[in-house]
Amino acid sequence: MELFLDLLISGLTKGSIYALIALGYTMVYGIVGLINFAHGEIYMIGAFIALIASLALSQAGLAGWGLLVSVAAAAVVYSAMYGWTVEKIAYKPLRGSSRLSPLISAIGMSIFLQNYVQLLQSPNFLTFPSLVPELGFLAPVSHIVNSTQLFIWLATALIMTALTVLIKFTRLGLSMRAVSQDPDMARLSGVNIDRVISSTFVIGSALAAVGGLLIGCYMRQIDFYIGFLAGMKAFTAAVLGGIGSIPGAVLGALVLGFAESFAAGFISSDYEDAVAFVLLIVILIARPGGLMGAAQTQKV
Amino acid sequence: MSFKPGRFDWKRELAASSLAAVWLALLAGPLALFKINTSDYSLGLRWPLLLKMAGGAFVLSAVWRRFLARRASARRAAQRGEADKPQGGRGPARTWVDMVMGARYRLQIIGLFILGLMSIPFWASPYVVHIFITALIYIALGLGLNIVVGVSGLLNLGYVAFYAIGAYTYALLNFHFGLGFWLCLPLGALTATALGLLLGFPVLRLRGDYLAIVTLGFGEIVRLVLVNTELTQGPRGIGNISPPAFFGLDLNSQVKPHLLKVLPLMSPDLDMNKALIFFIILALVILTIVAVFRLENSRLGRAWLALREDEVACQAMGINRTRAKLTAFALGATWAGLAGVVFASQVTFINPTSFGFMQSVMILSIVVLGGMGSIPGVILGALVLILLPEYLRSYDDYRMLLFGALMVLMMVLRPGGLIQSVRQVYIHRPAASTPAAPPRQEPRGT
Repeated sequence: MELFLDLLISGLTKGSIYALIALGYTMVYGIVGLINFAHGEIYMIGAFIALIASLALSQAGLAGWGLLVSVAAAAVVYSAMYGWTVEKIAYKPLRGSSRLSPLISAIGMSIFLQNYVQLLQSPNFLTFPSLVPELGFLAPVSHIVNSTQLFIWLATALIMTALTVLIKFTRLGLSMRAVSQDPDMARLSGVNIDRVISSTFVIGSALAAVGGLLIGCYMRQIDFYIGFLAGMKAFTAAVLGGIGSIPGAVLGALVLGFAESFAAGFISSDYEDAVAFVLLIVILIARPGGLMGAAQTQKV
Repeated sequence: MSFKPGRFDWKRELAASSLAAVWLALLAGPLALFKINTSDYSLGLRWPLLLKMAGGAFVLSAVWRRFLARRASARRAAQRGEADKPQGGRGPARTWVDMVMGARYRLQIIGLFILGLMSIPFWASPYVVHIFITALIYIALGLGLNIVVGVSGLLNLGYVAFYAIGAYTYALLNFHFGLGFWLCLPLGALTATALGLLLGFPVLRLRGDYLAIVTLGFGEIVRLVLVNTELTQGPRGIGNISPPAFFGLDLNSQVKPHLLKVLPLMSPDLDMNKALIFFIILALVILTIVAVFRLENSRLGRAWLALREDEVACQAMGINRTRAKLTAFALGATWAGLAGVVFASQVTFINPTSFGFMQSVMILSIVVLGGMGSIPGVILGALVLILLPEYLRSYDDYRMLLFGALMVLMMVLRPGGLIQSVRQVYIHRPAASTPAAPPRQEPRGT
């Protein structure tokens, strides 16, 4: 029972972080139809900025919740800037060309950003400080749930809610939905497509940065390569849930998190990473549109 | 090029480039300025590096804007109809490939070229031979993937799995049963084909990007199985894979001394087995080129093209979609299997790190960078992507950084690839008096 609870908790934590990254993939895919391979690197850059900001700001005397909030703000702002720039450099000039060219450009960007961080910082693992302050009321159950995990769940839930509100009730959200349904019609109705696409990249990158900060706090170490596997798994999660669908991405990420965690606990941790892909193949064969994706009928 | 110098607004250019420099400095700020000292996690400051990066960004941005302006003005000139004179190789001009293929003595030219290639082991250094074997392996892989991605339009991101299966088939059969190269070459290809069919059956009804991600997942699963099973010796890999046999002769002791006497330019350090592998892979590549070329113009090849262009229309025309997709998938896997066997015999030691996702990406990049669906394009793409990192070796640390940047740049400049494939278009001429219209060649659109 203890093991089961442990696995449930670690699955939920991992799933939450996957969800934060998967949202960026699914939003970008929904709007421009591009697998943004560089998204995992944005998440990695978010983690590095968080680490540097936490070192710099703790030298400046900040601590506790103030430190956490300012570190998060720095990571979010910087990653959003990176996301915006990457879109302008690598994807915008390729809009309207074949489907594969932006994909290759994205892969090139991903290789570039990995090496950029490796050269500027370090090729080795760096220790990440535990930024989430200990919560007193968790002390009796601290062997099961620690404050970092609780914070990850709450932060993810809060961000999901905020994102849902943004998509459903704001003007920007309305334009985003319009562009994802029919870009040409949206343009005719006066939607500034470039701005919508930029905002999508900015929002997706900001979410990835939060994911990077949280994974740092949870795993306690980061390196320049973390974005690759996390990005692949998050993309898997997005496809699992039905790519383009926001609740689908969250569901897919949670399913993935639980599946990995239980597979590692009950089968073998060697195959933890393979679980994601086996699950993906099985689900896609059974439901080709993903868990929450509508079955696609092709009109001629 | 009617670029009027008077239109160059240097104030605006200066402002734009400065803005780019400031933006990059801001962007790179925290990562470039602060250096984490890994021993005590203190932060060091690196102002000179940040300033250098900003300066670099300024220069790059200025050059880039200048280039864009030139291109735009050239395009405007072309639109106004002023571009009668040829413009430095741009546009749908005849490439050297067309010239060779259209030449009268094209068979002789190609034959001479192949002879030139065949002479390489007899005068080049062992290092050059090694690089060429690698490049040729990647050409075979690129041509195989080209059938799947370029011709049939099925995005396969796990192609390296079949390459790994070919390599491991040879390594394991050689290690456990002592089977030789020549027997394992078809066996490796068969195993890869069988796995291609096995994967193909369930996944081929998925659409574009879903197919991509499932093949990616398949590649990762194969890699993880290779890492984690006892049979393949996990990350330790399998070593001492024997080189291909050559009529029972030991090439290094029995053949090399004689050759050295006749060929003064030949390097005495050259491993003759490597030379043999070079010839094998060269023959394989030529075979591949001929096969792919013949396939493209066959009934099956046209079915693949139709599949890529419009799946629904293609089905409506009575093409068996599943069969066309499966053959494309399985044939692609076959070539990867062949290349894998040759790779295993070249390096004599394989472990799972040679078959990661980056390898799949590399092969896909060869296809896309060279020009999807175009045979000369794939060859050029493979040469660029394999030789470029070798040339960049003197900038060792920055090698992969430059490589990534170049990939982005190439795509932005030539989204259709280096050599765009040429599609044959048949024009209907109503008048019966004129002889049958020759196939007109048009560059493929988006």
